[in-house]
Amino acid sequence: MAGELSTSPGAREAQRKPVGRTVWVSGPVVKAEVEHSVFMGEQMEVGDERLIGEVIGVSGGQALLQVYEETEGLGPGRPVFSTGLPMFVTLGPGLVGSVFDGIQRPLHALEKAGPYISRGTKATPLDTEKRWHFVPRKRAGEKIGAGEVLGIVQETSVIEHRVLVPPEVSGELASVVPEGEYTVADVVATVRRHETGEEMSLTMAHRWPVKRPRPYHSHLRPEVPLITGQRIFDLFFPLAKGGTAAIPGGFGTGKTVTQHQLSKWAMADIIVFVGCGERGNEMAEVLLVFPELADPRTKRPLMEKTVLIGNTSNMPVAAREASIYTGITIAEYYRDMGYDVALMADSTSRWAEALREVSGRLEEMPAEEGFPAYLAARLAQFYERAGYVETLGGATGSVTVIGAVSPAGGDFSEPVTQHTKRFTRCFWALDKDLAAARYFPAINYLESYSGYLDEVGEWWHRKYDARWRALRDEAMRLLQEDSRLQRIVRLIGEDALPDEQRLIIEGSRLLQEACLQQNANDPVDTFCQPEKQLALLGAVLHFVKRAEEVVKKGAPIHRVREMAVREEIVRAKEKIPNDQLDRFKELTRRIDEEMDALYRDFRRVT
Amino acid sequence: MMRESGLFQCGLKSVSGALVFLEGARGISYGEMVEVIGGDGRVRPGRVLIASRETVALEVYQGTEGLSPAETRVRFLAHGLEVPVAEEMLGRTFDSFGHALDGGPEPLAREWRDVNGAAINPAMRAYPRDFLQTGVSAIDGMNTLVRGQKLPIFSASGLPHNRLAAQIVRQAEVPGERAGFAVIFAIVGASRDVADMFRRSVEESGALGRVAMFVNFADDPAVERLITPRTAFTLAEYLAFDRGMHVLVVVTDMTQYCEALREVASAKGEVPSRKGFPGYLYSDLASLYERAGRIRGREGSITQVPILTMPNDDITHPIPDLTGYITEGQIVLERELDRADIYPPINVLPSLSRLMSDGIGAGRTRDDHAHLSNQLYSAYAYTRRIRMLAAIIGEEELSGRDKMYLEFGRRFETEFVGQGPEENRSIAQTLDRGWEMLKLIPAADLTRVSEQELAAHLK
Ligand SMILES: Nc1ncnc2c1ncn2[C@@H]1O[C@H](COP(=O)(O)OP(=O)(O)OP(=O)(O)O)[C@@H](O)[C@H]1O
Ligand SMILES: [Mg+2]
Repeated sequence: MAGELSTSPGAREAQRKPVGRTVWVSGPVVKAEVEHSVFMGEQMEVGDERLIGEVIGVSGGQALLQVYEETEGLGPGRPVFSTGLPMFVTLGPGLVGSVFDGIQRPLHALEKAGPYISRGTKATPLDTEKRWHFVPRKRAGEKIGAGEVLGIVQETSVIEHRVLVPPEVSGELASVVPEGEYTVADVVATVRRHETGEEMSLTMAHRWPVKRPRPYHSHLRPEVPLITGQRIFDLFFPLAKGGTAAIPGGFGTGKTVTQHQLSKWAMADIIVFVGCGERGNEMAEVLLVFPELADPRTKRPLMEKTVLIGNTSNMPVAAREASIYTGITIAEYYRDMGYDVALMADSTSRWAEALREVSGRLEEMPAEEGFPAYLAARLAQFYERAGYVETLGGATGSVTVIGAVSPAGGDFSEPVTQHTKRFTRCFWALDKDLAAARYFPAINYLESYSGYLDEVGEWWHRKYDARWRALRDEAMRLLQEDSRLQRIVRLIGEDALPDEQRLIIEGSRLLQEACLQQNANDPVDTFCQPEKQLALLGAVLHFVKRAEEVVKKGAPIHRVREMAVREEIVRAKEKIPNDQLDRFKELTRRIDEEMDALYRDFRRVT
Repeated sequence: MMRESGLFQCGLKSVSGALVFLEGARGISYGEMVEVIGGDGRVRPGRVLIASRETVALEVYQGTEGLSPAETRVRFLAHGLEVPVAEEMLGRTFDSFGHALDGGPEPLAREWRDVNGAAINPAMRAYPRDFLQTGVSAIDGMNTLVRGQKLPIFSASGLPHNRLAAQIVRQAEVPGERAGFAVIFAIVGASRDVADMFRRSVEESGALGRVAMFVNFADDPAVERLITPRTAFTLAEYLAFDRGMHVLVVVTDMTQYCEALREVASAKGEVPSRKGFPGYLYSDLASLYERAGRIRGREGSITQVPILTMPNDDITHPIPDLTGYITEGQIVLERELDRADIYPPINVLPSLSRLMSDGIGAGRTRDDHAHLSNQLYSAYAYTRRIRMLAAIIGEEELSGRDKMYLEFGRRFETEFVGQGPEENRSIAQTLDRGWEMLKLIPAADLTRVSEQELAAHLK
């Protein structure tokens, strides 16, 4: 199979003669009578327009196909062509910076056919004319193994594309081209394979079946945080490179904004953004903003490290399902080059609904809420493809998966949220009430959790501050006590509480306003450096600690609330830029000054 | 392709609900348009739902009443459902298929187009950022509609959404824009009274010339409702992307549409999902709502204001819920405001235009717009909290500052949100009125507007 997968990515070699005829068409589901055996998962072409489809069932002489394009106009008696290949993607230089639909058709290339997506339009995923400067890293006669770097190509100004020996290929390099300009269709090397002794030609690209995870050498413990520049995540519910996170939330709670924020600021080498069954205007926004916005590390346009997959809600439903697999396979491919890749899927619920819709057409026995019984298994398989690994070539790389979930009615008890919860280790619960109060990010800190706290803690302590975990736990305690008190406040009012309890409420309020809230549209605060995150949290907790002392001395709460420095702390996130962290020392000094003054006032009185 | 020409007669197997099943048809295709001709000679349009070598299922618009298997004939038309599109359709009223309903001549269309349209290539979209004025302050000032956006109105039974719909249809405009402006009004499942009211209101305003109306009456068959908005969008796409016009499409009532979809789905025996609605309700709604937008390199735009009534005032009901998951924000009408006689009863707090921030400001609306609306929003949010407090402890117990907010709230609701159904406010009037409201709260609280703005607008 690998042999076939490694051949030229240009033409799809669907057989010229049909292998069967359609007998039944309803929406994306087609039944066909086929002469010779087709296999489960095989990519097919249907009708005279050769619509792309996949075999999702075979029995006797009949094949059940799911078609990834509009089937209107297709009827019984039309030809069906086999490709002999499972559903695959083409992997090679040129992926980064591209926008694909769910079945990896480059959307910019489809523009030639007009502003609308028309059926049967074909375009190769990678530009086959473009010449890349290939620098070989191996010499003829050398032994090569799967996943080793055969040569490199500068794909964008920030991404060095490592042309790898495809998985499952090893042997002796019979020939390799000299450094120079080549297209993805040109043969750049031939290898004499160990197992078979046959010679096989390699290009800079190869194909890979989307449903099959790409192999790696070994799994590593995810212990390096994926810094996102968003305080609620980095400080409170951290994600690790190679980890998994779910962002469930009702409409308008901030799933997309959060995923855009992570795409813009997360410390990943490559971003794969899958817009799965969501809005066209959101894709337009990304395409407007990403080429303009600079990556915080490289200062180069974000688009130079981004692969976009856009299968919007009005595009064919079945291709929504494919878009997730296309995305994760591309992510694994860059992982294999030794990169840290972050994949966003917005929204996995639309993908689950695509499964449901096709399952419904097949009249399968539904499980919960009409979803097929295999929903949980599919979700598990998807999130299992995340990981921090040692690659076949000996490098380390990671795929981090962040999936948005859109529960019906915003109710997390529905099946997609529940199953996703089982297979992801971070749960970032978005809250309708917080979003309605325009409290952003609307993460419910009581319902959310991270399973990576212990792992990434070591990294923080080594790299930044040994107090990371202690500060975080102290802040969480404050929030939790506050929420316990809020239940009482609802019954008797805040004024009825003793002062030390009111101070907890005050402290929690300050923590939320000054630290947890973070406006994605604020030019400064949209991204917060780890050092600044710690400084900010430190300042808030310092304020709370000092306030405790003065309140114990009898200072009334309202004096604490009205302190000028309190307002300064709240504004610090937006007023103090990432590169002027010295100003936090000044802030701490002013906290002390004002607290000291208040302390003196009341010591004199008592 | 081989096709049996003309009428196809034999083998009509059964009729059930809106569906007709027949056997032995050849050369047909999925989604193809058909004409079903009953014993009385009446021609009913329909569509192929299952194209099969054995049994073909047809969906018959205008219902199957009176059809008997023995007498019914079917003509296959070899294309999808097509409707006429022409600029001359502005100023006229049509049924769901584009037939004249106003006694005038049938449209002289140069072109017929498939009602389902085709998905815009997302990479070809232009990001919407230009202002569309409705003349309604709570929308223009606080939840600005942007050309190419889809912004629904969430209403409930008994609330004046029809009046608001008519007002928007009459007043909408794109200030300072040379390209033509048109409104398409799709009325789904309305009583004849309501439909007449809409027509009269548009006629009397003199705006009729730029409005095309598509009407599906409450007593028309349910499956026809599935066509009405599609016909409207087909004309909208032609006007916007072929003729370069800015088009606003108002659809009311999407709840009627969704209920028709449920009815048709259950007649087909499909497995229902939440509340009996089919599992593909999201995709189906998206196939309508996503027809809003702009296209790179083309002048026009399609903006959508779908109106729906939330069953039981429940925003988590699948219809508003799935709508909210597709549209770019929502305008929420509130019963409490309506009871207090505020028209339009828009609660600006749960309302949100997600594209507003990029579509307002200098050169679009006015430079002070963002800060002003922010300040009004936070002052009103505070007012609502104070009101709850006042309900517990009594208004007299409130501080002087909080009493000022109560007054602000009252005036904001009656004078800013509230306006006459005939009152058309320019964006400048709306914003100036907003500043008037801000005079009612303590100056020290005006932290969201800048010093310069204060100096310029509060004097
Ligand atoms: N971190 C944030 N900072 C500022 N505003 C935010 C933030 N998060 C969300 N918002 C606001 O909330 C609105 C809705 O957010 P978003 O589009 O991400 O919701 P969503 O959860 O993806 O909704 P849907 O399910 O409908 O796609 C945004 O348009 C923005 O106004
Ligand atoms: Mg979203």
